[in-house]
Amino acid sequence: MIHTHTYDALVVGGGGAGLMTAIYLSRAPGLRTAVISKLYPTRSHTGAAQGGICAALANLEEDHPEWHAFDTVKGSDYLGDQDSIQVMCEEAVPVIIELEHMGLPFSRTPEGKIAQRPFGGHTHHFGQGPVRRSCYAADRTGHMILQTLYQNCIKNGVDFYDEFQVVDLVMADDGRCGGVIAYEVATGDLHVFRSKAVEFATGGFGRVWSITSNAHANTGDGVAIALRRGIPLEDMEFYQFHPTGIYRLGILITEGVRGEGGVLRNDHGERFMERYAPTMKDLASRDVVARAISKEIREGRGIGGKKYVYLDATHLGADVIENKLPDIADFCRTYLGVDPVKEPMPIQPTAHYGMGGIPTDVECRALDEAHNVIPGLYAAGECACVSVHGANRLGTNSLLDLVVFGRRGGIAMAEFCKTADLPPLPANPTARIEAEFTRILATEKGEPAARIREEMQDVMQDAVGIFREGPGMEAALVKVRELKQRFQNVLVMDKGKNFNTDLLEAWELGNLLDLAEVTTVSAINRTESRGAHLREDYLDRNDAEWLKHTMVTQREDGTLAISYKPVVIKQFEPKERVY
Amino acid sequence: MKAETEGQGGAKRDSTTADASSAGTAAANAKAPAQKPVPGPKAGGGAKPVTVRVFRFNPETDAEPKYQEFQVQVDPTDRVLDALNAIKWYQDGSLTYRRSCAHGICGSDAMRINGVNRLACKVLVKDVGERVTVEPIMGFRVKKDLVVDMEPFFAQFRSVLPYFINDGRTTERERLQSIDDREKFDDTTKCILCAACTTSCPSFWANENFVGPAAIVNAHRFIFDSRDSAAGERLSILNDREGVWRCRTIFNCTEACPREIRITKAIGEVKKAILYGTARV
Repeated sequence: MIHTHTYDALVVGGGGAGLMTAIYLSRAPGLRTAVISKLYPTRSHTGAAQGGICAALANLEEDHPEWHAFDTVKGSDYLGDQDSIQVMCEEAVPVIIELEHMGLPFSRTPEGKIAQRPFGGHTHHFGQGPVRRSCYAADRTGHMILQTLYQNCIKNGVDFYDEFQVVDLVMADDGRCGGVIAYEVATGDLHVFRSKAVEFATGGFGRVWSITSNAHANTGDGVAIALRRGIPLEDMEFYQFHPTGIYRLGILITEGVRGEGGVLRNDHGERFMERYAPTMKDLASRDVVARAISKEIREGRGIGGKKYVYLDATHLGADVIENKLPDIADFCRTYLGVDPVKEPMPIQPTAHYGMGGIPTDVECRALDEAHNVIPGLYAAGECACVSVHGANRLGTNSLLDLVVFGRRGGIAMAEFCKTADLPPLPANPTARIEAEFTRILATEKGEPAARIREEMQDVMQDAVGIFREGPGMEAALVKVRELKQRFQNVLVMDKGKNFNTDLLEAWELGNLLDLAEVTTVSAINRTESRGAHLREDYLDRNDAEWLKHTMVTQREDGTLAISYKPVVIKQFEPKERVY
Repeated sequence: MKAETEGQGGAKRDSTTADASSAGTAAANAKAPAQKPVPGPKAGGGAKPVTVRVFRFNPETDAEPKYQEFQVQVDPTDRVLDALNAIKWYQDGSLTYRRSCAHGICGSDAMRINGVNRLACKVLVKDVGERVTVEPIMGFRVKKDLVVDMEPFFAQFRSVLPYFINDGRTTERERLQSIDDREKFDDTTKCILCAACTTSCPSFWANENFVGPAAIVNAHRFIFDSRDSAAGERLSILNDREGVWRCRTIFNCTEACPREIRITKAIGEVKKAILYGTARV
């Protein structure tokens, strides 16, 4: 059964970016807005963010948005677009104040101001040393942002379609975006949502890798849908591994531990970051620290020769850990039986964040292969690439990206809807997805999605992870393409209509496979090392040839075409990057 | 009906037994991977067999609910969620439950585990024994297996004005709040809306109109926030006959909370504020 709805503006995804956009849309008089989310919005992965959100509030010491912008540009290994970065770092200050005014319960200084602490890669005076810039609510900053935004959406009467999986875009014949197709999880019905404007705020795709901090839901749906609709994906080779995930499980241990003074130690008890980053040490940027940990492990200095090192917070005292880092203490006790007050935490790098995604301008408008605006389509948050993170994101800048660009997306969409009309529906807008689901459900003998997914995750972890080289990635690409073939014969055991999460997991695997392929193709193509992308066969950054964004577009026949986009460079000229 | 899967090496033959046929599934035809045992997704060398007895009900096909048993190989340090995943991914894809973050933050997977409300991702297999019974949380309509209708729960939440209200003038800077004032509602900011508390509450089981502990927790979070100006309205909502006075101080909610919120204490503070008008003290 197919249902039809008409709105002015639709937001796909109920995390930080989507809800911030929805709040702004809900303030526009007369605008009909809905949020469509595969989960109840409070389940979104924004809620798992821990350490903080940076803004140069200067509540504890001198700080300036320009310093924040420099750190972000340097953190990005000069691939971030400096116009976007400037916008983000300047708007950080009023947006944090706005979140406080919305009720967000930040931790406080003795004077009652928003508390701030140091974070990786954030410095004073353009790299002179760590600065207290990260605003936080204990170690559940993301949770508080998500809750506060959801609460404000309720206050403003936003319409929600919870547990509706968006499965396709509605693209009018004239190239405008005219809505989305959604699958109602509870009934298996398809819904055609027509609208003047759509924002994708669909989050990340960390489930491509085997060790990840990401939720099961982080399967890159919006990014994969865009790819299939011929929208290019930008900088997909840049995927961040967070230095400190719980060994084996990948669960995030916030950089806030190191912000509060925690240090990394190898099997000899050595504080090895002193060798890799003499000034910032354990608070160097994430690519640098993750690589250092992996190198220690590879060279046999993991604990007991195993694939982990220690994050030691035992010298911080019970007070700091219980009050400023209570959740991570709970994780360690629950999953490891380790009390971080008394023992060091076993950690290894964990797949965490996609710097790349759907290309947008600073108004969150999605861009096509020729860098022109696609009318009616917007993207914000992790699924988007406005390129504030370039080749490596700084800690806290993802939450900031969500709220700054979520807000900008809402403002831009409301303005656009004032004059735009509703694009005509193309013929059979649900044809593609109906054919896909019918094909998957018709398979009676095949292999389970989980097996294909595990093989994909293993090969991506080994060959397209922290250390990369050409032949290994070529082999991984062959493997991923073989898995895509095998996916054509994936077996869904549940043939029913209601809550068919078996079918959805299979469909999500299709998304992950497409994004694994694009990531690998992009990574093979870029023959240099920059930020999170380390090529052991091309160890140096090569600005002469590679100071440019990668764009990968899927052609009608399924092949991938590579093109490029220039990097916006303003006041910060590329320099060698040392922490 | 008997569904079989084969594994290699130490993998046990996984068998399912159920009274009724699980119509709508192709579980009987599913073959486990030839190269790998049928372990939990991350199970290592120490994997052990665990019997998982699961509540099954699909209103599309079943007249009555039933229990079905599965055997899986999981590490003692795996989560109960990993055991459910091992079943869903390799034995019976129709087994249905909600999950997302898998580390106790998103609140999707509250369920009854050996009779007690828990998050499946926050209970380790070694702590539940070799046989574990998994059932949906109680008091809401079962939509399929372990999935219940959460709409009434969110309706309770929305009924207590669960958002910051202060329409006074704002400046270009943050409102000030002392560390002590911030501390007064810290505990109740931790709520992840998983419903473990409300669905463990006998007062709620007896009366579905009771607003329930989770909604009171979320009201508390604002009532005791020194920056908020609508405590009186919330207290008057909770002074209603379906409000805090339905709480009989049974403490089930506090024991069920995966975030270790002292819920009964918070409810007590709300009761006191209604009686003595002490929300701002």
